[in-house]
Amino acid sequence: MQSVTVSHLIKNYPAGKKSVVEAVRDVSFSVDKGEIFGIIGPDGAGKTSIFRVLTTLLLAEGGKCTVDGLDVVKDYKEIRKRIGYMPGKFSLYQDLSVQENLEFFATIFNTTIEKNYDLIKDIYAQIEPFKERKAGQLSGGMKQKLALSCALIHKPTVLFLDEPTTGVDAVSRKEFWEMLHRLKTQGITILVSTPYMDEAGLCDRIALIQKGKILSVNTPKGITKEFKKPMWAVRSAEMFRLMNSILADPAVESCYPFGQYHHVVFHNAENEIQKLEQIIREGNFQNGEIKPVEPGIEDCFMALMKEQGTHG
Amino acid sequence: MGQFIIFIKKELLHIWRDRRTLFILIWMPIVQILLYGFALTNEVKNSKIVIFDQARDEASRALSQQISSSRYFSLLKNVYSYEDVEATFKQGKIRLAVIFPRNFREELMHTNHAQVQLIADASDPNTANMLTNYASSIINDYQQSLNQNQAIPYTIRPQMRMLYNPELKGAYSFVPGVMALVFMLVCAMMTSIAIVKEKELGTMEVILVSPLKPFRIIIAKTIPYLLVSMINIACILLMSVYILDVPIVGNLALLIGESILFTITALSIGILISNFAKTQQTAMFTSMMGLFLPTLLFSGFLFPIENMPIPLQIISNIVPSKWYYIIVKSIMIKGLGLGSVWKETLILVGMTTFFLGVSIRKFKIRLA
Repeated sequence: MQSVTVSHLIKNYPAGKKSVVEAVRDVSFSVDKGEIFGIIGPDGAGKTSIFRVLTTLLLAEGGKCTVDGLDVVKDYKEIRKRIGYMPGKFSLYQDLSVQENLEFFATIFNTTIEKNYDLIKDIYAQIEPFKERKAGQLSGGMKQKLALSCALIHKPTVLFLDEPTTGVDAVSRKEFWEMLHRLKTQGITILVSTPYMDEAGLCDRIALIQKGKILSVNTPKGITKEFKKPMWAVRSAEMFRLMNSILADPAVESCYPFGQYHHVVFHNAENEIQKLEQIIREGNFQNGEIKPVEPGIEDCFMALMKEQGTHG
Repeated sequence: MGQFIIFIKKELLHIWRDRRTLFILIWMPIVQILLYGFALTNEVKNSKIVIFDQARDEASRALSQQISSSRYFSLLKNVYSYEDVEATFKQGKIRLAVIFPRNFREELMHTNHAQVQLIADASDPNTANMLTNYASSIINDYQQSLNQNQAIPYTIRPQMRMLYNPELKGAYSFVPGVMALVFMLVCAMMTSIAIVKEKELGTMEVILVSPLKPFRIIIAKTIPYLLVSMINIACILLMSVYILDVPIVGNLALLIGESILFTITALSIGILISNFAKTQQTAMFTSMMGLFLPTLLFSGFLFPIENMPIPLQIISNIVPSKWYYIIVKSIMIKGLGLGSVWKETLILVGMTTFFLGVSIRKFKIRLA
């Protein structure tokens, strides 16, 4: 069964007289019940707009969306009872304590902390020692845990997490994803957005999004499989000059920095290693290194972005 | 119901934990009523005068004595020439000059007809009028005291009685007016930031994605501030009785009840502003500036509404403080009961329902 469906969603924002910013352009995807679905793209790609339409906070200019089989425009009241939402910006009451916040959100959803304690136990247990502390005085990671607890306390069927790991340290991010996987076992559908490509692999399926358009929807593995051409990682002592020399070769399709290496793709898969060796030799580069690599999500994203850019 | 109570509890915690704001909310009305109560007054008290006594006889001295010892006037100095009189007026030191002609007593006694000249600074016409009236009435009193032993045929002596405010104290009309002004400004300001604050902090986003109904949000936001307003009502009534010397003649419970009704009206105006404002600053500015002038102008305590042009008189009807001012004056000063103010009360109830209704209807159930 499909938990969330989005078809041909269009969301514009007015920008001055008669002109609009097209934040979401004809986006369609669907999320199955009980899966972790990631919406991955850079800032300004339209992630938050999609979330706000789905959480009934904004009206779309076009398209049809359903959550739990309910229409986001017509049945917004019913949807609001069922979903959990954690906005990108920390949106709890900073002057209320941890416990007071949780109690408030439990009560406005007509439930109690005790009733659904099992669901949040793993998460809440970590911040419970600080339950008397004001939410505003918590660390970034603890704030996220509290916000997640508050979004979960009424046992939502679908959980919307808008950039939950932005501004959170690496350890807390890892813990956060472990929590999401535990929640998944409870049958909760989770939609999560993130600008971090390395988090894509932690989702069941992902949608890559850029400038309001979906580049691809697939499993993380499926997305990397779509990348057909071999990829090479190259490095030397002089990275910047190396990049220029590689890009100067007409046989090269793309080359961009990736960590300590440059990732290079050729138009045609033949004699690539020889070509790269030749560049290094002729350019007199010291400590040259060439190795084949498996393309990651970020590589696919770059390739898809380039493709969309040239084809329309 | 639980939803509702926890929301009120949350709002109370916000208010209670923000001590500085709470302090301002309680102190501001007290300071305002003291300021306005003492500063905003058109009463004539101790106006400076000079006396130019050319007669210097028994009668002129007795009259001078009476004038300068009245509480309306205080003698700056005696002057001895018209030039001096003019000079002190030009310096702006005095409001009134009293000039006795030569042979004042003689003329009074022998021709039965004497003159006293009163010169007033009419750059402020109302005050000039009042001062000459006061002075004339003192002179009249003196004249009557002279006539006591003589039978003068055909005199009409008006017997005046100042009802409700025998001493003609300005505070009697100002305190109700200031109450209307202060409640309107403070209460509207309190709630005007209530909703827009949640919008600014982003918490509105989470509140909206919940089963909470707009009706409950709005009522729950109003109630905690109503409690603060009740503290204000108590402070202001105590101060008007013990500091500004305005007694509460009528039923205290009725007065408090009407005051609570009026603060609810003001709170609902604040909620309405909060609904439409985009930032806390606009909300605060709208509630302060947008309500201050109409309240001041159209309540009727500074400028009598009957004297205004008809269009302004009609506009004054939509200003809630006008009705509250009438109610407070009737109950507090005249000692009337609900029977005489039920119409005004109903108008306030109607306005409150209207403002709350619009707020609930126009409550934005989405972000944009």
